[in-house]
Amino acid sequence: MYNFEYRQAQSVADAAKAVGADEEAKLLAGGMTLIPTLKQRLAKPSDLIDLGGIAELKGIKREGNAVVIGAMTRHVEVATSDVVKGAIPALSHLAEGIGDPQVRNRGTIGGSIANNDPAADYPAAVLGLNATVITNKRRIAADDFFKAMFETALAADEIVTAVSFPVPEKAGYAKFPNPASRYAVVGVLVARTGGAVRVAVTGAGPVVFRQKEMEAALGKSWSADAIAGVKQSAGGLNSDIHASAEYRAHLVTVMAKRAVAAAG
Amino acid sequence: MSATGIGAPVRRKEDSRFLTGRGTYTDDINRPGQVHAFLLRSPHAHAELRRVDTTSAKAAPGVLAVFAGADMQVGGLPCGWLIHSKDGNPMAEPPHPVLAQGKVRHVGDPIAVVIAETRAQAKDAAELIVVDYQPLPAVVAGEDALKPGAPQLHEQAKGNLCYDWHLGDKQAVDAAFAKAAHVTRLDIVNNRLVANPMEPRAAIGEYDRASGEYTLYTTSQNPHVIRLLMGAFVLQLPEHKLRVVAPDVGGGFGSKIYHYAEEAIVTWAAPHVGRPIKWTAERGESFASDAQGRDHVTHAELALDKDGKFLALRVATIANLGAYLSTFSTAIPTYLYGTLLAGTYTTPAVYVEVKSAFTNTVPVDAYRGAGRPEACYVIERIVDTAARELKIDPAELRRRNFIPKDAYPYQTPVALTYDSGDYFTTLDMAMKAADYAGFAQRREAAAKRGKLRGIGIATYIEACGIAPSAVAGALGARAGLYETAELRVHPTGSVTVFTGTHSHGQGHETTFAQLVSDRLGLPLEMIDVVHGDTNKIPFGMGTYGSRSLPVGGSALVKAMDKVVNKGKKIAAHLLEAAEADIEFKDGKFSVAGTDRNVAFGQVAFAAYVPHNYPIEELEPGLDETAFYDPKNFTYPAGCHIAEIEIDRDTGDVAVVRFTAADDFGRIINPMIVEGQVHGGLAQGIGQALYENAVYSDDGQLVTGSFMDYCMPRADNLPSFDVATHATLCTHNPLGVKGCGEAGAIGAPAAIMNAVADALAPLGIGSLDMPATPERIWRAIAAKTMPQAA
Repeated sequence: MYNFEYRQAQSVADAAKAVGADEEAKLLAGGMTLIPTLKQRLAKPSDLIDLGGIAELKGIKREGNAVVIGAMTRHVEVATSDVVKGAIPALSHLAEGIGDPQVRNRGTIGGSIANNDPAADYPAAVLGLNATVITNKRRIAADDFFKAMFETALAADEIVTAVSFPVPEKAGYAKFPNPASRYAVVGVLVARTGGAVRVAVTGAGPVVFRQKEMEAALGKSWSADAIAGVKQSAGGLNSDIHASAEYRAHLVTVMAKRAVAAAG
Repeated sequence: MSATGIGAPVRRKEDSRFLTGRGTYTDDINRPGQVHAFLLRSPHAHAELRRVDTTSAKAAPGVLAVFAGADMQVGGLPCGWLIHSKDGNPMAEPPHPVLAQGKVRHVGDPIAVVIAETRAQAKDAAELIVVDYQPLPAVVAGEDALKPGAPQLHEQAKGNLCYDWHLGDKQAVDAAFAKAAHVTRLDIVNNRLVANPMEPRAAIGEYDRASGEYTLYTTSQNPHVIRLLMGAFVLQLPEHKLRVVAPDVGGGFGSKIYHYAEEAIVTWAAPHVGRPIKWTAERGESFASDAQGRDHVTHAELALDKDGKFLALRVATIANLGAYLSTFSTAIPTYLYGTLLAGTYTTPAVYVEVKSAFTNTVPVDAYRGAGRPEACYVIERIVDTAARELKIDPAELRRRNFIPKDAYPYQTPVALTYDSGDYFTTLDMAMKAADYAGFAQRREAAAKRGKLRGIGIATYIEACGIAPSAVAGALGARAGLYETAELRVHPTGSVTVFTGTHSHGQGHETTFAQLVSDRLGLPLEMIDVVHGDTNKIPFGMGTYGSRSLPVGGSALVKAMDKVVNKGKKIAAHLLEAAEADIEFKDGKFSVAGTDRNVAFGQVAFAAYVPHNYPIEELEPGLDETAFYDPKNFTYPAGCHIAEIEIDRDTGDVAVVRFTAADDFGRIINPMIVEGQVHGGLAQGIGQALYENAVYSDDGQLVTGSFMDYCMPRADNLPSFDVATHATLCTHNPLGVKGCGEAGAIGAPAAIMNAVADALAPLGIGSLDMPATPERIWRAIAAKTMPQAA
């Protein structure tokens, strides 16, 4: 890696100030994408602002009919939290399948969604569960948060502080992992929350998206059979050595059916 | 059997060191004043180097020196095996420069080295080297490289052909095909693999101005071979001034046999900068510079008579050697492949043609199994295909063609003479353990769960402990293939074994100590095994090709024979008896038929404190060295049975059961053998289902990291059911055959035969490795919903 200044932020305001003042500065959450990028010299930040010491960014709590997860909460904590398991078991299942044990012990939910990797798992949860992303400046609806590959609605000095997940009636997540990286080749989260159905697909396209035909079909009849005939178009989907666009399109239906079955 | 002798499942002596982080690997070694090397490597698969300007890099902070190809005029990296083409001409042997000379031929080809106080400074400075590349068209597939009009890599290799080799009786094969009742044809690809040992390669070069001695610490499977190749061919350093140390090495799988550029660079540069120089590969460099494995494209034909007896096998293979000839690359697709094509069968006529091609990819050389997995894959896939075509049970077809138990020594039509074996018993053992008979029920149960279940058999034979030296030499080997052992008995009776083999995961420190414990009756605590240092070991060819025990162990037996024989002379003197009456057993020399004896330790003491000693007839000391040159290869063999389930919706394959019954001859440590089999099976299953080195058309390694190159992991593998059955090797003193590669040899064919079995009811024919989910999904989709595929 190239040389950079390392700073440990004392508060969210402190971090926002530091990253806002220098456009070459970068926030460091779990570092699961950033550190390998630095090691390969693919990024040359002037400063790394470490969010790891800010206590207010950590933790999981139930707030009314929502589960609120601090941005610096590790995947392993979400996977093993009794609060999450009790309220949204699909979310703990999703967290349990991210990467490998090393990643789950370092990676954070805030880092994952702010990075918005097209193959990451959490974007499917945020979009599918119609979560609200809470930042130091505002509350952003999931539908407005994920903009494009590695692009979000976050401003340069905006920091995710927590994600608030409404507790659904039913939810399920099914993922076909990339055999090498264990990222999602296709991951589908289905949920019915307050009577509204959402189907969020990660891995398949350049950015997480809602499969509205499936949402309509599940709205009429909540069953795997209801969506068996819904074909995802391959147009615009990702294609690589692990899966062509056609295969990913096929897997969207397969994983959606499995997610519905898992949701019960 | 003693608790620490032959056959005892002794826990590995080396493991407490490894498991508590106390191993000493090359990168753990830090020499006083050490500086760091970083290599600038080509980002292009094929390009002319118009200019390499190191001026700015030399001026960068912390930099001691920068050398490009023009600055380092030394010999090229040599190839250790000369193959002759069928027309009698020697192979094309283009130069393999240590640093690129005017042209780069694969991504990762080293162009310049920067030596600086820190690794980061060396990397920073490397970015300042200005290289003017003139990119050239690249070719990455062996088949494409041999086509007219393909980009040409080397002036010395017309049409990118290294050699066009053959073996066997073509006329006999043609005649057999003419009268065949049935012919089975198969086109298969043996996918390219990246070895990926856990420890990346590393090297430290050091020069002592006082003694004029160079020292190279390196991650090598064979330090003496590196000393010979680098000393004699690349740097022209005499052996007595060059020490090569290969300390603890974290896995090799073949990829650490070869002499690599980095070893020569740090050794050569050390006196130029006057400081020891360390280089350690990053994982990305391992992908771009460690020799890779396999990469064959093969057409095979099997002729059978009306009863399913094999009449002849005809094989044509194109082997991809990559951009340059790695140390033993040329021998792998020829003498370690073609000679194995009789397999476990009585096929009377075999003919194989192999064309080896240069391409703009990382060089290819031996990788666990080395030629033998490729041969096994051809035979076992085509035998299974024939069984399916003829509607004969695949186990039955194999039985009809196995070499009979009483036919040894058995001369194959492709040069080898098998000394012993029993393929019937290992097949029966594996079938029983795998509950082959109950498979139909399991298939039915799986179908009810929506899964396609398949079972696949592979029987294999391999040739280990490549030998004898004279025969290998006649076939083009440029090295001897013996092994050495020195047994140094210390005055108070403890023992140090110096072996020319090298342990990088195999557990030699334990296995070899067991041989000594068994023979000399000593506890393991009194025996140390030393390897990996040319200043300590008399000589050695190292570890590869499952040779350590059959060849290195045999050398140790010879050395122990010498020690015992000398001990008898000393004991006869001490006991005032005739030498002929002295027996040695359980650590004691005794006079036959009496209770008069002296312990081994007393004899050792007398040898070093020769107060009461036959000094007129016998030299003092008890330190013996032996060289052992085998009379033949050894021939481990066995049967693997895989059972898999395919998820119809996704094409994903799950290995649900795996059984191996192996014949490794006599087993010294069954626990270590089991571990070797497990590791080999994981790699074989990895090749069949997960691993694949993929190059883009312009020569970029698309699978250049673990994000895309899929290694098998624990959750991909079932619990293995492994067993052994021994027929002893008839020509080495231990009766041992070697076990290091077997798992990787049989497993790919077993898995792919199981996949074929699962898919056969859908009318799906042969698929190539790796059997990835999409590949299988497409095959299923093409049959079940043709419009979708």
